[in-house]
Amino acid sequence: MVVQELNSEILPQDPQAIEIGLLFEGIYLRYGYDFRDYGKAHAKRRIMHRMVISGINSISELQHRVLYDESFFHLMLQDLSINTTEMFRDPEFFLSIREQVIPVLKTYPFIKIWHAGCSTGEEVYSMAIILKEEGLLNRTQIYATDFNPSVLQKAREAIYPVSQMKDYTRNYIKSGGKSSFSEYYNARYDSVIMKKILKENIVFADHNLVTDSVFGEMNLVMCRNTLIYFNKSLQDKVVGLFRDSLVTGGFLCLGSKESITFSPHNIYFEPVVSKHKIFRLKY
Amino acid sequence: MLTGANIPYDAIVIGASAGGLDALGVFLPMLEAGLPVPILIVQHISATSDSFIITYFDRMCKLKVKEAEEKEILEPGCVYFAPPDYHLLVEADKSISLSNEEKVNYSRPSIDVLFETASWAYGNRLIGIILTGANWDGAAGCELIKKGGGLIIVQDPKTASISRMPESVIERFKPDYVLPLQEIGPLINKIFNSTPTQ
Repeated sequence: MVVQELNSEILPQDPQAIEIGLLFEGIYLRYGYDFRDYGKAHAKRRIMHRMVISGINSISELQHRVLYDESFFHLMLQDLSINTTEMFRDPEFFLSIREQVIPVLKTYPFIKIWHAGCSTGEEVYSMAIILKEEGLLNRTQIYATDFNPSVLQKAREAIYPVSQMKDYTRNYIKSGGKSSFSEYYNARYDSVIMKKILKENIVFADHNLVTDSVFGEMNLVMCRNTLIYFNKSLQDKVVGLFRDSLVTGGFLCLGSKESITFSPHNIYFEPVVSKHKIFRLKY
Repeated sequence: MLTGANIPYDAIVIGASAGGLDALGVFLPMLEAGLPVPILIVQHISATSDSFIITYFDRMCKLKVKEAEEKEILEPGCVYFAPPDYHLLVEADKSISLSNEEKVNYSRPSIDVLFETASWAYGNRLIGIILTGANWDGAAGCELIKKGGGLIIVQDPKTASISRMPESVIERFKPDYVLPLQEIGPLINKIFNSTPTQ
């Protein structure tokens, strides 16, 4: 009797929710990637999308493919990883970096910056350009990490479609750019490659925010539009990871719709520019 | 006003595109205060828009109007707009998720993304409304809501400033209601029995 009552309360009613739970449990056990605390609505959309493309009829059938076919798992990995990014995305955010954060960084002899969830690298190069223009690039060590090896490879290559440059140039100007954006890349046919000078102090590394540990002694951690894909408990855990990775007075930069207001770590941070989600670890 | 177990639906989702702000400006102020369910709206809008429309509608409406925030629990009587450049999703626990994954139907926010996830969360307890617009975003989402047993209301294409979006729903299946804009608000009030008495 007691068991029955417990069951009806604990078990999700929706069989698909059960299937998704089992799929993520299986992926974690088989491949070590942990999606168990991802937002469910988003994950379900990506799974449904994959089922349509690959002609699979149920999530359980998809789970079988994922477990036995590693190449199929890598397709799923791309599906579940969000790679929407652009150079100087939200130009006003980067203007705030220039005006509010750079002057503080200038007081340090050596600077460490971590781009967590860097995707294809557009924000890493945006930040490198600002650092260069502010005379800080040669004394900054930049770590750019992502859990998805294929986007990390793209970030490393730094080759982007020339068709995007018009938008990026506009963003760059709005963000307070002091030079001409075209000085930072070489164009050939329909692609551009970012100049080597920007890459010299960047280390690209495989790092999973969900399963890996701290990156030490950072002066600034940038992680924009990654936390929105996590559930509340995973968000709290990752903000804790950032807190442990920052030096006292270090900056945390999140996406425009992300916040630490309701996080248990909130008390350790103070807002620098609330509107653009720039926080600082309190002294 | 209906309460508790007597409420026939638990949420309303609305999609609008070109001409939508004017249409919402007619529709939303008609809704009576105390609506017992939340309303979620995707209005196609430029990625760089400011929050003016929120302030504007909040001032015009009897219901509270706000921009949807990540992880927020949906409250009855509140109108939530998808933020510019983010998809708006509903979780099974009736909280909000935002996402900046790729555009769907050339749109972010996309109506289909909201309607699809809301349908998963609410099943047959959901009302979907499509207003004026120039593309077909929302049509697939409406069909999903309909299949799940929800109610679909479409603005009469003849009265829409751009008829494409309502038409794209009607081409797929027969909506429960096809109504001129002015009649949609009163219908919602009637469904929730919130027509003012005297």
